[in-house]
Order: sequence, then C-alpha cells, then structure tokens
Amino acid sequence: MTTSNSITTRAAIFAACLATAAMSAQTAAAQSASDIARGQAAAIVKARTDSARYPYTKADVDFMSGMIHHHAQAIVMAKLAPTHGASSSVRTLCDRIINAQTDEITAMQRWLRDRNQVVPEATAGPMTMVMDGMEHDMLMPGMLSDAQMKQLDEARGFGFDRLFLTGMIQHHKGAVTMVDGLFKTYGAGQDELTFKFASDVQVDQRTEIARMERMLIMMELEGH
Amino acid sequence: MVFAHHTIRAGALRHASRFMSLSLALGVVSAAAQAQQDPRVGLKAGVYDAGEAVWNLKVLSKTPPSTKFVGSTNSDMAFKGNYVIQGSYNGYQIWDISNPSAPSLRLANYCPASQSDVSVYKNLLFVSAEGNTGRIDCGDQGAPGPVSKDRIRGVRIFDITDLEHPKSVANVQTCRGSHTHTVVVDKNDKNNVYVYVSGSAPVRPEEELHGCSDASPDKDPSSAHFRIEVIKVPLAHPEQAAIVTSPRIFDNLAAVKSHGSAPDDIKSSNEAKARGAYVVNIQGQEIILPDPFVKPMLDSVMKARGGTGMPTGADSAALRTEINAIVMKRFGANANRVPTGPDQCHDITVYPAVGLAGGACGGYGLLLDIKDPAHPVRLDAAADTNFSYWHSATFNNDGTKILFSDEWGGGGAPKCRASDPMEWGADALFTIEKGKMHFKGYYKMPAAQTDLENCVAHNGSLIPIPGRDVMVQAFYQGGITVFDWTDPTHAKEIAYFDRGPLDGTHFSMAGSWSAYWYNGVIVSSEIARGLDVFELSPSEYVSQNEIDAAKTVHLDYMNTQGQPQFVWPASYSLSKAYVDQLERTKGLTASQISAVRSGLENAERKTGAARKKELTALAKSVEGMHGTDAAKARKLSESIEELAK
Repeated sequence: MTTSNSITTRAAIFAACLATAAMSAQTAAAQSASDIARGQAAAIVKARTDSARYPYTKADVDFMSGMIHHHAQAIVMAKLAPTHGASSSVRTLCDRIINAQTDEITAMQRWLRDRNQVVPEATAGPMTMVMDGMEHDMLMPGMLSDAQMKQLDEARGFGFDRLFLTGMIQHHKGAVTMVDGLFKTYGAGQDELTFKFASDVQVDQRTEIARMERMLIMMELEGH
Repeated sequence: MVFAHHTIRAGALRHASRFMSLSLALGVVSAAAQAQQDPRVGLKAGVYDAGEAVWNLKVLSKTPPSTKFVGSTNSDMAFKGNYVIQGSYNGYQIWDISNPSAPSLRLANYCPASQSDVSVYKNLLFVSAEGNTGRIDCGDQGAPGPVSKDRIRGVRIFDITDLEHPKSVANVQTCRGSHTHTVVVDKNDKNNVYVYVSGSAPVRPEEELHGCSDASPDKDPSSAHFRIEVIKVPLAHPEQAAIVTSPRIFDNLAAVKSHGSAPDDIKSSNEAKARGAYVVNIQGQEIILPDPFVKPMLDSVMKARGGTGMPTGADSAALRTEINAIVMKRFGANANRVPTGPDQCHDITVYPAVGLAGGACGGYGLLLDIKDPAHPVRLDAAADTNFSYWHSATFNNDGTKILFSDEWGGGGAPKCRASDPMEWGADALFTIEKGKMHFKGYYKMPAAQTDLENCVAHNGSLIPIPGRDVMVQAFYQGGITVFDWTDPTHAKEIAYFDRGPLDGTHFSMAGSWSAYWYNGVIVSSEIARGLDVFELSPSEYVSQNEIDAAKTVHLDYMNTQGQPQFVWPASYSLSKAYVDQLERTKGLTASQISAVRSGLENAERKTGAARKKELTALAKSVEGMHGTDAAKARKLSESIEELAK
C-alpha cells in the first residue's frame, strides 16, 4: 500500500494555507503584500516540504509503529538498573538508553501523527499486525520474551548486569534487523525523515552493541 | 564513577548581571527569577520573527532561502572567493557575500539529494548524495524500489567554471552513499585531488551497484563495512573520477584508549600501567587485566617450567608474550571477532599542513597519518563512554590539539535540555603528543534549550585569532557558540547567537547546521531560515586588535573538512593583538605593556628608515622583557621584527 505523493504534498500545502489564513485574519488590514508573502514562506518552512515530498509505504508505517514498542521495552529494561544493583557502567548505559530512546519514541509518534496514522502508545508488549486479514500479536525482532523479562527482573547485581547486557545486545540486534528489512522493502525508506531516522538507529545501535560486548568481556575478566 | 552526578549547566548565571541591566532598561523586569537565566532561555518561537539573543557578535545579515529552497533543509557550506556555496536537500545555492550585509544569490541549482554536503576545488564542486531519493538526472520524483538505475548515492561532481551555468561532469557511485566527504589536496601531486567518502547509511544491494556487500568482513573481504572510499579526481579529466582504494583504516584497532568517563578513570588506568599491569587487546580495546585474573595464570606459567614459590621476572615476561592469545582463546570467537572498531566514519577532517587527519568514526575518534593521501594510516584511536557517536574533528592551528564532536541523537533530537548532561552531545578536547591523543576536557554550548529544538554539537571552524585556539560552532537550534579552547581543560564560551524554536508548538528541524569563519566574517547555514552572516564584536574576551589580526588572514577557498593552516602576515594589528593577550594574561607587567604600546604607536606615525629603526629597537627591547609568558613575548618580538622588514 502506498500513500500517494500528491496526498502528502497536498497536506503540506493545506497546512501552509491554514497558517497563512490564520495570520491573515489577525492583522489583515495592516498587512502589506510582502508581509503576506513572507508569512506564506514561513508557513512553508514550518510545513517542511522535503519531509513530505516522497511517498511513504505501509512498511514505513509498520517500521515506525513496531519500533515504538521495541524501544519501549528497552526503556522498561533500562529503568530496572537503579533498583536491581546494576554497576555504575551499566547504569550509565541505561541512562543513555532511556534518554535516547524516549526521544526517538517521541520522534516516531510525531512522524505517524503528522501523517494521520494510528499512533501507538509506548508499551513494551507485542504489536498487533494484520496479515492475510487475521490479527496476530507479534514481538518485534530481538524483543525479550516474558520469561526473559521475568528472569531479568529477578536478577540483582552482577547477575543483572550480565542478563541486561546479553538481553540488550539481542534487543539492539533486532533493531538492526528491522532497519535492514525496511530498506529491502520496495518503496520503503524513501521519505527523508524515515531514511535518516532508520540510518541513525542502525549506526547508533551497532556502536552500542560493540560497546556492550566489550562490557561483557570486562565483567568476565574481572571475575563477575 | 561520575555518572550519578553530571556537571550541571554552567551557563545559567554567567550573564546574569548583564541581563538584569538590560531588563531594567526595558522596564520588563521579572527580577530575581529571570536574572538567573541565560538570555538564550525562553526565546519566542518563530520562523523569521523568532526571539533572538546575541552576545559579542553583530548580526550583519539574515537572508531567507530562494523560492525553490524554501521548506527544504539547508546543510553544509564551502567557500570560494567571495562566494558561499550552501548545500541543501534540494541542491545547492551560491551566494555572493562581497557585501556581507546583503548577500546576493548567484545560482540556485535545484538537484535534490540528502545531505548535499559540498566542497570546492578550483573549478570543481563536489556534492554528497546519501539518501534513496537522489537521482542522477536531478529529478525530484525519487527513485523508488531497492534497486534503481536512476539513483545516485555517492558524489556528484560539477564544473562551475561558469558559475551560473554549472555542468555535471561525473557521478561517482559508492556502496553506502556519501553522508559527507573530504577533499584532500596532495602537494606532491598537482594533477589530481582525492575525495575521502564516509558513508554511514545502509549498504546498497549488489544488484544496484556491483561489488557492494553488506556481509561482515570476516565473511566477505570486499564488505562495504569498516572502510572508507578514496576517489581520485584527475583535474584535467574530472569525468574520469573513480574509486581507487578503499582503505580499511579501522581494522585491528590496536591499543585503543578508552579514556573512560572521568579523570579518575584515566588516573587509575595510568597507574595500573605504571606498576606493570598486564594489558591485553580485545576487540581493539586496551584492557588492563585485574590481578585476580592474572595471578593463577602466572602461577601456571611457573608450574609449567617446574618452578615453585613466587613467580620470577622471566615467568612474567613469558606470560606477557602469551597473554593476548590466552585471553583470546578463553573468550573464543567473541573476542577474536575481526575486524574490530568502528563500522564507518561520519566525517574525516584532513589537515595536510601537518600530515594528519581526524576521523570521527562510530564509537571512536581516530588520528590518521595522511602523508600519502591515497593510503591513510591509523596512528591512534580514542573511545569515550560519554560519546554516543563521533561526528567531526577540528585541529587547532598548530596541530597540537584536536576536538571531536559527538552528534548524539543524529542532530534531530533535543539534546541540550536542562536535564541533558553537559558531557553528552558535546565536544571532547584532546592534546596530540607524538602521534597520540590525550583527553583533556569537554565543551558544550551551555544554555538550556527547549524540547522543541534539535540541539547537539555540530559543525564549526577555527577563528584565526593569533596565539589562541578560538572556534565557532553550530549547535542546530542551540544557535552558534564561539569559544576559546587554548586551555583544553577549561574551554570557555566568549560569544553566541541564538533564536527561539522554529515552531512554538511542534518540534521541527531547524537551526545552524554549520557555522564557519571565512575571510573576516562568520557564516552560518540555517537549516530552515537561510543564510546568516555575523561579525565578531570586541569584548573583554577578544580585543579589536585580535579581530583585526584575524581579518588579515585571507583564504582563496575553504572546505572545512580540508582544514587550512592560518598564516598571519606582519601587521600592526598582529603585534597589538599579542600585546593585548599579554596584558590580559599578565604575561608582561603594566609598564612593559605600556612601553610596547607607545613604541608601536610611535613607529606607526613614522615612515621609511625612521619607522624601521623604531621597530627594530622595539623588537630588541621586547626580547629583553622577561615576563611570565616567554613564548607569547617571543611571538610579539618576532612579529615586530617582521614589521620592520
């Protein structure tokens, strides 16, 4: 399914017209023609035509929706650190994950909202996908199962650190898989925002996977 | 560890007194509460009518984009003569800034591609194409599908001999597209220039571009990961531009220092090494082995030779040669995974004058030797637990320091909120000694921004204030910041400009993508609002003489990623700038300062032989002044000697 180019462009122009209309109403009498032109330009700037120029596909929408759930679970995991005796380096990592992924969820929700799509709440559970007319509850790639989450919640200290790191490596690898899948789908990843966002997710999470693998080795070296 | 309590934002009180007097004058005081605030906090939102805060800068012009570029994303800039070439996701615009108060548009070349990072060399213009939608024919309809013959991901090359009628001469395709690129000029090779391409985006399918492999390098040696591309551009035949090498500068990262998170970490690591701790290299990272891990191994080495009691020096030497292999074996494939280190570089800054390059590459900052530009060699690498993603590098003019920025959140996230740590999304400052980097401190634009403003450390350049390391840097909607990092442990802000958010209700990308000094002015590429030009104003931190001396440095062209070395011609401004600096740092006594000042004034009033005599005597007299800053005093006397010539 492809949302047509003309619809998104029209949406941007409509937004621009609305903004201009509102402004014109306020100060119509006093306004010179050049002010109006400037106002129109300002509205176009706000509407950001290059983010709305290219069509997006169902794959883009599914990627964004799925990644919201995916990120939400990472945040749930990271929030356990302070109460589960995590080491200081794991707590730092967790602080970063909470900060980064909370912002990314906001960005993904905004992307969906701006395109009049259903905006999922940031819940860590499975995502309901419609396939062949049937609804299926699916965990996004790399997400931890209920059993894994329970095991993590029961662990403390170095045991928690180890489970967190192995779990989060699995989790991040899933995100990288999701990005690969997106770019291999026909027509997906065209929209500049999606392209940039997905590329950034891939780069950041690969960098973080390498960091976590080193942390695991360090733990073992230190005899934990 | 420091992470429990990050440095709190230092900027809040800095300008309190100045702000109070301003508020009183305007009669809009909300006294104590607002006096606590940096003037950049709470600016009104707007596109062309946003609230502004400016300090020690003068705004010369604010020019909106041309019609076809309104609503697009302005990106990086290159400079040639009086022209600014401003990249945009819609192509590029060329502005004439002969009159910086009124830039005039010479060309708007509509040719969409992200990010359209631009560089210029003589008559050639290079433009990066990274995203999926860039088309060889400059069309804006996109190139749908994972495989398209119309797609350009790589470097576009234009001939701009006739500025207003650019000719497309080549499209060099690369496996990961070109996020940014760097033009490298080899002084021993007059016939070619080289372009280093850094791609961080996903790898194109083999079906679209032959030879592109997304597999990991241990499975496929021709993998597009873990390498940069080097394009050779024959100047006489730029249409023959092609990839010549793909050096794997990241392989087998030896002795990567992780400077850790705090000076305490570095200290403990240095102490451990000093007392002879065992060091192994795992996945490119130098790791100091804990004693409980080493002791049993040492015992077994001793037992293997039939020894008893305490292990000897020979045992320990034997273990040292074996230990990396033992550890590798113990951790199996995980530790032995090759190659190691970063997957790609975001940006590479070359500094040919000193034969070095700084690579901002994934989780690492690399120092490269580029004396042979087609074959860069890695000298050193640093990792930083506070850094999410190494973005770009800037050397100081002497090549003795390097600054790396961390584009945490990729530039599209608000990372300057009051709650965001000052070490995250910041610059990390290092000294360079014998080809090795030593971490000294962080710098981040200090004013808290809203969650509607994307903000993180981004592109900047040195300002040629002689004898100091001063830089201007873009922080997206955090505005531009000018800071002094002469002392890299205590970098200090000395000027800024900031606007309120683009939109007061909806998060939107905007702000300064790049802010660079070029021939006397600061030019900023504003993502949404266009081109801003500034002038540095004198303040307690920078004198008029220092600004005048900076303006004597003239460049014919500038690509920031190909860092030029500044050379100051002899001038009264230069000598007076050194005098001002010696006065500020009390490097000479007040009476010595006043003697030099009047000496320079006398000389300026004279001409010919009399002037020469006055200056020669003055240089001699400065040589004899013994202050607390001998190096700066020597620069002063040398600059006066030069004036006498």
